[in-house]
Amino acid sequence: MDFTFSEDELLFRETIHRFLATEASPETLRDIWSGDTDASTLLSLIAEQGLSALSVPEEQGGLAMGDVAWSLMTQELGYHAIPDVFANSAYVATGLLTALDDSVSQKAELLERICAGDLGFAIGHSCSPLVADADSADTLLLQHADELHLLGAADVQTVPNPSIDFSRRLAQVSWNANPETCIVSGEAGGKIWNDTFNRGSISVAGQLLGLAQRMLDLSVEYSQQRKQFGKEIGSFQAVKHQLADVAGKIEIAKPVLYRAACSLENHHPLSDMHISQARNFCSDAAALAARAGIQVHGAMGYTWEVDLQMYVKRAWALNNTWGDSIMHRARVQDYVLNSDIDHAPSNTFEAV
Amino acid sequence: MKLQFSPEQDAFRLEVRQWLAANVPKQKLPTYDTKEGFELHRQWEQKLFEAGFSMVMWPKEYGGRGCDLIDWLIFEEEYYGAGAPGRVNQNGQLLLGSTLLDFGTPEQKAHFLPRMASSEDMWAQAWSEPNAGSDMANISSKATLDGDHYIINGQKTWSTRAIYADWAFGLFRSQPGSERHHGLSFLLVPLNTDGVTIRPIKALDGEEAFAEIFFDDVKVPITNRIGDDGKGWHVAMATAGFERGLLLRSPARFQQPARRLVQLYRDNKAAADRDPAIAVAVSKCWSDAEAYALSAYNTVGRVNNGEKIGAESSLNKIFWSELDLLISQTAMDILGATGELLGSATLAQEHAYWLDAFLFAQAGPIYAGTNEIQRNIVAERMLGLPKK
Repeated sequence: MDFTFSEDELLFRETIHRFLATEASPETLRDIWSGDTDASTLLSLIAEQGLSALSVPEEQGGLAMGDVAWSLMTQELGYHAIPDVFANSAYVATGLLTALDDSVSQKAELLERICAGDLGFAIGHSCSPLVADADSADTLLLQHADELHLLGAADVQTVPNPSIDFSRRLAQVSWNANPETCIVSGEAGGKIWNDTFNRGSISVAGQLLGLAQRMLDLSVEYSQQRKQFGKEIGSFQAVKHQLADVAGKIEIAKPVLYRAACSLENHHPLSDMHISQARNFCSDAAALAARAGIQVHGAMGYTWEVDLQMYVKRAWALNNTWGDSIMHRARVQDYVLNSDIDHAPSNTFEAV
Repeated sequence: MKLQFSPEQDAFRLEVRQWLAANVPKQKLPTYDTKEGFELHRQWEQKLFEAGFSMVMWPKEYGGRGCDLIDWLIFEEEYYGAGAPGRVNQNGQLLLGSTLLDFGTPEQKAHFLPRMASSEDMWAQAWSEPNAGSDMANISSKATLDGDHYIINGQKTWSTRAIYADWAFGLFRSQPGSERHHGLSFLLVPLNTDGVTIRPIKALDGEEAFAEIFFDDVKVPITNRIGDDGKGWHVAMATAGFERGLLLRSPARFQQPARRLVQLYRDNKAAADRDPAIAVAVSKCWSDAEAYALSAYNTVGRVNNGEKIGAESSLNKIFWSELDLLISQTAMDILGATGELLGSATLAQEHAYWLDAFLFAQAGPIYAGTNEIQRNIVAERMLGLPKK
């Protein structure tokens, strides 16, 4: 029993944090949000660091990083509000492609492309009518019942649907499912889509937790500077207690996220439930961080002027991405109440 | 990260489980807040001690088993899972015990710890005073140095089970003219000493669960002081940290009622489902209790790696006390019209369990430092917000 990260994993996180703090500053994000630039410059910088290769298997030249280490990475992606396409390509799509049977002819080539820095992957799952980055992707992995279809940009029509998170590029996708584009079907397809959904969900969970921490940090900083009644507003208990509650939601969510990541990596029979549980805790943290953050910022919190707004809106958007919050709550509730499981204290780590 | 128990840990769990199955009283003991219940719980503690299960994480030489904190979590899971009696001497064993291990002299440890592990000595806390509650640095009870003794005068209050206990531990102002957290000493006081008067206070459930202690020229040898004269605050803060944190309220203490709540819901599903919010609350209780368990394993892992746990323990305390309220409130909602019944009522089944839980949960956000104080600690020490 060892519920900790290795020194290497923690050092890796520290390195990523420093890199993204420089390259994905709020000013950079603001340029992307305002449409002055697209995310491609930032994504190229990230790819140049070799980060696209993190979870690509060693056979294709990658680092084969597992879900446990990714639970640190996704928190950093959330903290720095890195646009969707990176996590969806380098983590979720990579996981999907890695799970394909070696007999799928495109598998090795696609993984090699990701390893080399191609972050142009979009994934369409039945949990949402919208596909992130579908209109700029060069490769689309789309669900049709249990089937997995692989399509190129030319094979689909997209209709952009703008989001309140201006860094998101959501689109409806029209396409025709035919035998030539289908690369997996039946039970194998169902399993791949279930795993992909779980990986997408936990990716969002980590990002929500990172976003919560960012919103808390911004709110703490603001309440240390802003003065009313002759003193910093952070000295008032009414402000302190709101932010302490955010810190509480963040701290309790961490171990839930890490256990879910460990379950996913090790194919634990309760992975589905553990991941939804992580989503619930991370969602709660992000939702409270957003609400308290706006409140602590006062009228400034209701403006486009403060950096807080980008992280708040991204948290709201991600809350219902890769499974909406109702679905994740229902999945845990169904396990807790409707199974015939005896929830003994000794069963926390058992595959009951 | 490896979330599996070793064969040795599994074997330890099995040993604990088998011993508890054979030894836990079939009939629930009367509450330890009564004279009779207190003595029966003391006998249970002695039985635990003889089997080596009283203080599993203490060193063997002091009556423990030398287990690590993972084994302690396993023990707690089995203990609460088996519905074993509440730990009547926990304030001594978990709060003072930890302090003695860290700050006691070899003589103090050798004398007090084994007697505490076996519950030959039962301990009560003596922190609060009428004018020193949340503002504990406002302590005014005096300990005047006189040769090799202190002479104690003053009053303590909210001292849990003090009318039955043998000893009390607390802070006393030993340096005349000192203010706030300076000049306090941490003293151990035998409650059968001349000049000690104990007046019980009835708690919400009507039992004499705590007491006021009056000190009138009470003589205590200086060898009963933990740490240096005037440095008691530092020692006490370490104790308060243990209390808020993991030791006093292990996750299993909440996982077991959460398990019972799920069962209560299943047994009364049709009635409970008239309001969908009940199912949501039950699910949240279970999930929160499990999250607290995960948090504990994570914390223990980090402690084993040499990390220090600071203001985080305040977050723990807020979390479990609010969880305890939600669990018992939800149970009361499910019990509905019969929720108010005492255990002696004709229609009562497991009502006494839930009513006791509900009443005691009301104290959670208050004892061990109110949740308001905990939130201040988090805001100031963890987030760095200004004190004033």
